[in-house]
Amino acid sequence: MYNFNYHRPTSIDEAVKQYDEAEDGQYLAGGHTLIPTMKQRLSAPTDLIDLSGIKAMQGITRSDDGAEKMLQIGALARHEEVASSPIVKSMVPVLSALAGGIGDAQVRNRGTLGGSVANCDPAADYPAAVLGLNAQLVTNRRSLDAEQFFMGMFETALDEGELLTSVHFPRPEAAAYVKFPNPASRYALVGLLVAKTNDGVRVAVTGAAPAVFRAAAMEAALTDDFSVSALDSILLPAGDMNSDMHASAEYRAHLCTVMAQRAVAAIVAQDQARARQVTSEVTSESTS
Amino acid sequence: MVEQTIGKSVQRKEDLRFITGKGRYTDDINLPGQAYAVFVRSAVAHAKIKSIDSSEAESFPGVRAVLTGGQVADDGLGSLPCGWMLHSKDGSEMKQPPHPVMAADKVRYVGEPLAMVIAETRKIAKDAAELVAVDYEELPATAMVNQAQEGAQIHAEAPHNICYEWELGDQEATEAAIASAAHVTRYSLVNNRLIPNAMEPRAALADYNPGSDELTLYTTSQNPHLARLILTAFVQLAPEHKLRIIAPDVGGGFGSKIFVYSEETALAWAAKKLGMAIKWTAERSESFLADAHGRDHVTEAELALDGTGHFLALRVKTTANMGAYLSTFASAVPTYLYGTLLAGQYKTPNIYVEVDAVFTNTAPVDAYRGAGRPEATYVLERIVNLAAVELNIDPVELRRRNLIQPGDFPYQTPVALEYDTGDYEASLNKALERAGYADFSSRQEEARSRGKLRGIGVSCYIEACGLAPSRMAGSLGAGVGLWESGEVRVNPTGSVTVLTGTHSHGQGHETTFAQLVASKFGISVDDVEVVHGDTGKLDFGLGTYGSRSLAVGGSALSKAADKVIEKGYKIAAHLLETERDKIDFDDGEFRVRDSNQSKTFQEIAFAAYVPHDYPSEELEPGLSEKAFYDPVNFTYPAGTHICEVEIDPETGKVEVVRFTVVDDFGTIINPMIVEGQVHGGVAQGLGQALLENCVYDEAGQLQTGSYMDYAMPRADDLPAFSVDTTVTPCTHNPVGAKGCGEAGTIGSPPAVINAITQALGIRDISMPATPEKVWRALGAGRAHV
Amino acid sequence: MSKTHVTTSINASLHEFLCEPGDTLLDVLRNELQLTGTKEGCGTGDCGACSVTLNGRLVCACLVLAVEVEGMEVGTIEGIGQSDSLDVIQEKFLEHAALQCGICTPGLIVSTKALLDENPDPTEAEARYYLAGNLCRCTGYDKIIRAVMDAAATLGGAKEGV
Repeated sequence: MYNFNYHRPTSIDEAVKQYDEAEDGQYLAGGHTLIPTMKQRLSAPTDLIDLSGIKAMQGITRSDDGAEKMLQIGALARHEEVASSPIVKSMVPVLSALAGGIGDAQVRNRGTLGGSVANCDPAADYPAAVLGLNAQLVTNRRSLDAEQFFMGMFETALDEGELLTSVHFPRPEAAAYVKFPNPASRYALVGLLVAKTNDGVRVAVTGAAPAVFRAAAMEAALTDDFSVSALDSILLPAGDMNSDMHASAEYRAHLCTVMAQRAVAAIVAQDQARARQVTSEVTSESTS
Repeated sequence: MVEQTIGKSVQRKEDLRFITGKGRYTDDINLPGQAYAVFVRSAVAHAKIKSIDSSEAESFPGVRAVLTGGQVADDGLGSLPCGWMLHSKDGSEMKQPPHPVMAADKVRYVGEPLAMVIAETRKIAKDAAELVAVDYEELPATAMVNQAQEGAQIHAEAPHNICYEWELGDQEATEAAIASAAHVTRYSLVNNRLIPNAMEPRAALADYNPGSDELTLYTTSQNPHLARLILTAFVQLAPEHKLRIIAPDVGGGFGSKIFVYSEETALAWAAKKLGMAIKWTAERSESFLADAHGRDHVTEAELALDGTGHFLALRVKTTANMGAYLSTFASAVPTYLYGTLLAGQYKTPNIYVEVDAVFTNTAPVDAYRGAGRPEATYVLERIVNLAAVELNIDPVELRRRNLIQPGDFPYQTPVALEYDTGDYEASLNKALERAGYADFSSRQEEARSRGKLRGIGVSCYIEACGLAPSRMAGSLGAGVGLWESGEVRVNPTGSVTVLTGTHSHGQGHETTFAQLVASKFGISVDDVEVVHGDTGKLDFGLGTYGSRSLAVGGSALSKAADKVIEKGYKIAAHLLETERDKIDFDDGEFRVRDSNQSKTFQEIAFAAYVPHDYPSEELEPGLSEKAFYDPVNFTYPAGTHICEVEIDPETGKVEVVRFTVVDDFGTIINPMIVEGQVHGGVAQGLGQALLENCVYDEAGQLQTGSYMDYAMPRADDLPAFSVDTTVTPCTHNPVGAKGCGEAGTIGSPPAVINAITQALGIRDISMPATPEKVWRALGAGRAHV
Repeated sequence: MSKTHVTTSINASLHEFLCEPGDTLLDVLRNELQLTGTKEGCGTGDCGACSVTLNGRLVCACLVLAVEVEGMEVGTIEGIGQSDSLDVIQEKFLEHAALQCGICTPGLIVSTKALLDENPDPTEAEARYYLAGNLCRCTGYDKIIRAVMDAAATLGGAKEGV
């Protein structure tokens, strides 16, 4: 690593101020992309602003956002915190499953939600959840819709120095995330999040293209008929997908359908389990 | 009476330090005032070096020196040699272009060292290394092995980039047999290039004492003496008696730490030149770029069979990638460690193999676990399987029909080797039983009911280990003898220090050799200490590779221990006032036959060092013996691997659900250690078959230069293994051992691919069988069979 | 560049050191504090050889800046058990020969301890998944998993016995 100045602010304002004052500042969250990049000397900030001391960016809470209950996760929440949080499990269980499947144990104990989302790696898992669950991204300046946030490969709507502070997830009716990991990196070769939400079925795809995107054709088909077979004939256009030594665009397109179908199957199974549970509760009530 | 431990799973003596973090690896060692080296490496695959401007780096605060390839040349250092001379079909010598310690005029692969920066800290050295400005005149790169002969010429000495064109076997008879055969199976294949990836990156610490002219090099070597010989006799770095090489705990090698590389050599040279201690530790990215890689063959083969499914002839034509320079043993790998193994376990009367070795603008390619033998086994066990499919004969039955039988030994193959012993069918039968081969179809059906495809594949391998009879090796071009040395020092109290010229970097020699010697003397394993890896402590040794340590090194120790016992007899005869022939040595005691008089091993040792009552006219005091053992033949471990896979047809993902191995390693000293060697070997074989692939682009840039892109087997990629053995002891060494270090890597890849092709009902799939390839094969359909 | 003073607890004893912002925790452990049991296998967080715990959570020391550990608790292989007082996990690694060259072993033992702290009774699949961040090139993982499962059983057995 090149030399840099290290800062450890305790408030968002202080962090932003330090960033603005730096010649070439960089925020440090979990550091699992930034530190290797700096070690390889591909990134050379003059100032590193370690966010870990900022209490306001931590924590996982349930918040009332108007009529709707939202799951509010501080940008500094580590993947393992999200994976094991009882609040996440009860409100948005798909998120804890997704977070528990990121990288490996060492990565999950350091990597953060905010870091992953702000970095916007095309193969990262979290962007699928943010977009698929229609989350709100809260920064030190504003609140952004997921649709506005992801702009392209490693490119977000965050302005220079703007700091992602928390992400607010509405509670989906049901959702599932299924990924096919890259055998080397364990990033998503393709990852599909399918969600039944208040405003309809959403399908978000990560890993397949330069940035996370919504699969409109799948959403339409599932809106008509939420079943595995509804996706049988849907193949996303390979022309929009990444092709590299790990997988061709054509294979990625194929995997999108398979992963989407598995996600749908998981949701259908959840629904059925819930229905059985309700039935048995009703039955037990009626018998008691 | 001390418990006899031969054949027992004694806990590894070396492990206590490793599990407590007290292992002492090269990078754990520091010397006061040491400087740090960082190498400047070529960013391009092929270029003339127009100039190197190091002035800015030299004036960077904290930099001690910047040394370039030009200075290496000015100091008259020799080229890094290849230790095995090959001759082409026409009798000409292989092309051996100079392999400079650091490039001076031209660079030939990305990552080739061309300068080194030495500074007070590693960070300063790294900062300054970026300031070394290299002006390249880029040349077209030749990166692909199958295009090497048409590509831009890399060395002036090697037109068409051909290093040698080698052959073995009877071409005429083989071609005649193929021409008249009832059936010929043809197969084209690529044996994928691999990166060894020992988990400890290479490292070195060199120290020079100008007062004594002694140069000490701590380094990650599998064979410190061989490194010393090469650095002194060929590179002329220092006189042999002034250079000490210490290979302390070494974190895995798999072949990649056999070789004498640029970096360690340059470091020792720099330490002497500058009169200071200097340390270098490779970053993982450097390991990817500049450790010698493995495999990388393109092959065409033909197997001829008669109407009853008996093999008549095998013809193989291979192009083997040497990379940009000939590494230490590179030339021998696709020839004497490959072509000679093509008979496998079968009675194929005619075999002819041609190998063209070519240079490319890629990192040097040399021995990687198995070294030539996995490639040979892959050709043979795949083409035999294909023949079985084509002839509609069960692949096990076809193998059975052609196996060399126990009554056939010694068996002379048509490709130079004479197998001493074995019972291949016994291993095959045991493996089939363990693998539940007979019940496979029920498991296949059950899998089908879950929408999964199951396949089962068999591979019967043989290897030649125990390198090597020196005279034979010499006649085939080896630059060194391949015997081994051992020394058994009995201390006055009767404990024993054993010195071996082999080197342990995971193999557990400290335990196995202690068991071997302890059993000879009837003493406790705890009373034997094994010392290795230091040219300052023992005479000479050839190191560890080619599964040779127990078969060759163990045999040397066995002989040395026998000499100690023989001397013990004489001392005992004197003390017990009888004749040597009336004494028996058993359970650690010298006993007078038919009497109750005896002396313990410890008493004899004490008498030898305190010779007050001693046959001084006849014997020298002391009880320490050396032996050199030169094997009379190779050893021939052999066995059967059976792989069962389950494939998700929707994604193409292959899961190895069951992996069974039955090996014949001859006499086994420590079954637990042997089992571990097999596990690790199989893991690397499964890695090659399913995950690992080294990729260069056409410009010679390495595309798989990190763990983000090079898929290593991880804990959740692999199954539990089912491992067993059969035993036919080696007939020609005193231990009866054949070697076990590489077998797993050799036998497993074809078993995996045979299983996958069976599951999919396809003819072939290339390694690694990635999910996408499997998915495409499913789409391509069954019509190809 | 001025150095930063860091106070931290390593293996439950107080340590102070000076470091530059760019020094990683691994650099400091190995080079400043001579705790060389923690190894460097890749430097990019992909191999797990440098696994340590930070406030009880398993992390790669090569990706943690030394300045970040101010006031935190670091656990390394040296804190798990000495040769005369081995932890059960170490005993089981020894018993099953769950190591060969030993370079990845400290990381694997630290990771196994973290696994069993979080999940005292893992299935084999859970153990394999949890340890997927630790590369071993020698063993093929089979004996490691056997050692881990045996350690879990032994620790579980001990708990039941209380």
